[in-house]
Amino acid sequence: MEVGAYVPVALFLFAVIALVFAPLMTWVERKQSALMQDRIGANRADILGIKAIGLLHPIADAIKMITKEDTVPDGGDRLLHTLAPIIATVPAMISFAVIPYGGSYQAWGAEWDLVVADLDYGVLYIFAVASLATYGNVLAGWASNNNWGMLGGIRVAAQMISYEVAMGVSAVGVFMIFGTLRLTDMGFAQQETFRLLGFVEHLGWVGAGTWWVELIKIPMWGIFLQPLAFFLFLTALMAENKRAPFDIPEGESEIIAGYFIEYSGMKFGLFYMGEWVEVVVISGLMTAMFLGGWSIPYLPDDVLVEFLRHGVGLNMANVLAMIAHVATFFLKVIVLIWFQQLIRWSVPRFRYDQVMNLGWKILLPLSLANIVITGLGILIIGEIMN
Amino acid sequence: MSEYAGLGLFIALGTALVLMFVLLTTLLGPRLRFAEKQEPFECGEHQVVSPYQRFNVKFYMVALSFIIFDVEMVFLYPWAVVFRDLGWFGFFAMLIFLFVLTVGLAYEWLKGGLDWN
Repeated sequence: MEVGAYVPVALFLFAVIALVFAPLMTWVERKQSALMQDRIGANRADILGIKAIGLLHPIADAIKMITKEDTVPDGGDRLLHTLAPIIATVPAMISFAVIPYGGSYQAWGAEWDLVVADLDYGVLYIFAVASLATYGNVLAGWASNNNWGMLGGIRVAAQMISYEVAMGVSAVGVFMIFGTLRLTDMGFAQQETFRLLGFVEHLGWVGAGTWWVELIKIPMWGIFLQPLAFFLFLTALMAENKRAPFDIPEGESEIIAGYFIEYSGMKFGLFYMGEWVEVVVISGLMTAMFLGGWSIPYLPDDVLVEFLRHGVGLNMANVLAMIAHVATFFLKVIVLIWFQQLIRWSVPRFRYDQVMNLGWKILLPLSLANIVITGLGILIIGEIMN
Repeated sequence: MSEYAGLGLFIALGTALVLMFVLLTTLLGPRLRFAEKQEPFECGEHQVVSPYQRFNVKFYMVALSFIIFDVEMVFLYPWAVVFRDLGWFGFFAMLIFLFVLTVGLAYEWLKGGLDWN
């Protein structure tokens, strides 16, 4: 793909994240919690009497946050106090860059890969960048000259080092199956289907092409190949994002608000924005690794394009396929956001020792076991196939 | 190299947006400062102790294990990517490596290094 073509690809993704998902998350957070708690939720903000079921609240929020006073407590570090929300939010904003939101398309002689940066160490980029956000949170607690803030900062550090290991190890099974860290390669690999009962044929129990063996086909999505890793990875990522039920660094009832207790105005809002964008990033990463990315189940890219070209020609077929794939991708992302919000509003906050135990005594041993089982599975299936 | 062009643009956009927010709130917000307001929040009391003092890092054992397992991850990732080519040899080599580290984890667990008290 040519260098110039990256500009619209990057701009589109950034617009979707910053102008659609980030503001919408403030609305989703309120409306879904209201729905689950049998309330109406935010619905008052209006422009000329148009209320739009509370959809204008994100705008009202932004204006309010920006026009509030920005305070730094006495004895706090002014520079670090300002830097901390920036360090905490920027990583969330930029980590979506390696997640493909569509496949590869040719239209009017130009090639379009719908991923901002197709890095061969893609997942590592996200892990590396996401870890940087922790510094912002710890610094925020440190720079506030506040005992609660300090406690929150220490808790962030403790929680991050506990869950980063589980997060990294639980994803290894997926890398073993797809043999790559590049998220676009994973996306293309997940378009295939496999016969769930295919081993019966390879063992020679039935002849080739038996109808009930051919019947049950399952997409090669990560969630079907690595069901345990899906839940381990999602749990570890949600703990990394430190939202409820893993929000002990904030712990309103214990340490009031933890590391961002002394923040106000948009600097306060940035911490929330970082968390919400992180929810979107988690959903995007989970979609790319476990839910088939942009692909429509049972409909590989080339089959879709081949089907569409009879009606509208090859160029338009590529464009239509592109639209369908981008819509599919963001639909999956929205489903995962809904799922995360469901957990966030259903489960109460863990106690501190419970969070530590979950990370070290449950997630990590299970992840290690998953690696061994996956390795055995791949090798044994490989032996049967040959 | 061209994939880094998009990445650079994306990072620039993300940083610019966040900086813009911080700048706007500093410029547009009111400034009403007085001594009581600037005090660090302490549930209505004056601050009794400063947070800038020695504190007991109880989770240093956890921090040590973090380093060990993070290094383990570093070894696991390249291995996972070429796993199919390595075959059974690679599998058993990594199994021994994992076993040694898991014994370490089990020892720490039994000794109470992971308990929070």
